Amino acid sequence: MDKTMALADAVRRYIKDGCQLSIGGFTINRNPMAAVYEIIRQGKKNLHLYAHSNGQGVDELIGAGCIARLEIAYGGSGRFAATCIRFRKAVQERTIQVEDYSNYQMSLRFMAGAMGVPFLPTRSGLGTDIIERWGFSRSMREANPHLPDQKVCVIDNPFQGHTDTQKVVLVPAIHPDVTVIHVQKADRHGTARIKGLPFVDVEQAKSAAHVIITCEELVEADELRENPDLNQIPPFIVDAVVPVSHGAYPTACYGHYDYDPVFLKHYAALAKNETTYQDYLDNHIRASVTHEAFLNKAAGGRLDSLKADPATGYARNLDRR
Amino acid sequence: MPTMPYTPKEMMTIAAARTIRNNDIVFCGTGISMIAAMAAKHISAPESIIFFETGAIDSRLEEVPLAVGDPRVMYRTAVNGSLLDAFATMQNRTTGRRVVGILGAAQIDPYGNLNSTVIGDYDAPRVRFSGSGGAADVASFVSRTIIFMQHEKRKFVPKVDYLTSPGWLSGGDARRQAGLCEGGPQLVITNMAIMGFDPTDHRMFLKAIYPGVRVSDVTQNTGFEIDVSRVESTPPPSEKELRILRHICDPQKLILD
Repeated sequence: MDKTMALADAVRRYIKDGCQLSIGGFTINRNPMAAVYEIIRQGKKNLHLYAHSNGQGVDELIGAGCIARLEIAYGGSGRFAATCIRFRKAVQERTIQVEDYSNYQMSLRFMAGAMGVPFLPTRSGLGTDIIERWGFSRSMREANPHLPDQKVCVIDNPFQGHTDTQKVVLVPAIHPDVTVIHVQKADRHGTARIKGLPFVDVEQAKSAAHVIITCEELVEADELRENPDLNQIPPFIVDAVVPVSHGAYPTACYGHYDYDPVFLKHYAALAKNETTYQDYLDNHIRASVTHEAFLNKAAGGRLDSLKADPATGYARNLDRR
Repeated sequence: MPTMPYTPKEMMTIAAARTIRNNDIVFCGTGISMIAAMAAKHISAPESIIFFETGAIDSRLEEVPLAVGDPRVMYRTAVNGSLLDAFATMQNRTTGRRVVGILGAAQIDPYGNLNSTVIGDYDAPRVRFSGSGGAADVASFVSRTIIFMQHEKRKFVPKVDYLTSPGWLSGGDARRQAGLCEGGPQLVITNMAIMGFDPTDHRMFLKAIYPGVRVSDVTQNTGFEIDVSRVESTPPPSEKELRILRHICDPQKLILD
């Protein structure tokens, strides 16, 4: 079955106002940015976003007002923003509701969703406020059929201290309505290959009801099946395949291009000021009909300098000061 | 012997690098912890392994990563795993014992508990920070953590506004009683000094001060009472250590600016 479609069609069909969304990537790497910008362009509202440390994409979705509720471990973009700027502002001004977990807890929650179990245990977080303080109240949880009634649950080890463990934290499964990930290669049917670290993309995809894959290269099925050991995503979990060059820009895509330090620094400056940020949303994102048009404005001829060295997977000696 | 001029950041980095031993598996976050781990491989621990929560194991860092998700951490690793693999390595009783975690935070209390989430009330925060990321996981699992802090009264507080990452909790045996793994914070390295934790009550004490720093500088910038009776002095960075930092680890001054 040919699942290729245009980005605007995939976003329109699978991402509905108020739905539960997760996006792949990590801080400044392989965020599905072309899809993020299309979600912003289509003015999606009231989304419930699940994230671990999916930095830049999370910050832009929050900044554009698409997100109402956020479950997250880390809102940062490395040296470009120790705390993501629009995320910080939204939490401080209480324009979004936020629930905090750790990275491992969020990863386990996606894994539980992918496995079809209600929760998974860990020893992470015992004794901390991640366990004690809830961002989503019990009444809010009871009113929302998609949310588990508790944030976490600490229980005694039912196996009587087995493996020298007295207590465990149970973290509830996540089942997003849709997960969007950006990969290096996919075929028309949805088989996909991630190069470099996969982060939690595979579990995020498998936990979701629908999956949109954006890819740098659309290749023939035979090419992926020559080395199936390198593929992570099976075709039957995928609903839409969208080829989009530089689909992770301004974040990096290992083996293809680096993150753009100039843009990320510029973004951080624009995001600090309400007027300049609204101008960025209008003139960079909303005025660009396609990702290509966005790239022409945002990258300003720098794409060549970001091209990855095939030997290292990143752009060697890129000026990142 | 006269010493080369150096910055407090360089002193902090070297102080951390000196504590890393051969065969340690070093968990690095963003920033100077990466430089410390890189420096250790050139100074005292060539067989140490640098690894990141993103799943990169034994990264060959030819350039400084600017985030733990930087593609530079993926180059010529032993294994490029996932987050689930990375945290399992730390939660695993055998491998976790070998991991030394390097963390930072907005606030620290006398027992090494860390806050990287909010200043003020959690429900209506004055300042929001990034949140745990992998810090709470690392602090829950590994046998030794080293904490980088700026030495300021507002950061060294009697009680953290939000306990993101567990240290020794309320001290003494509290960590074990809560069900956490053995071990905990070992050192706090600041721009002024190095703090340790008492082996019995696990309260922070002043272990060593840097050249040119007075004990009163430390006590005046610490928001709680701290035992200074055991203080020693830290040798300054050697020329060799500084050369490694400046020429090999961070020649572009991306972190040590």
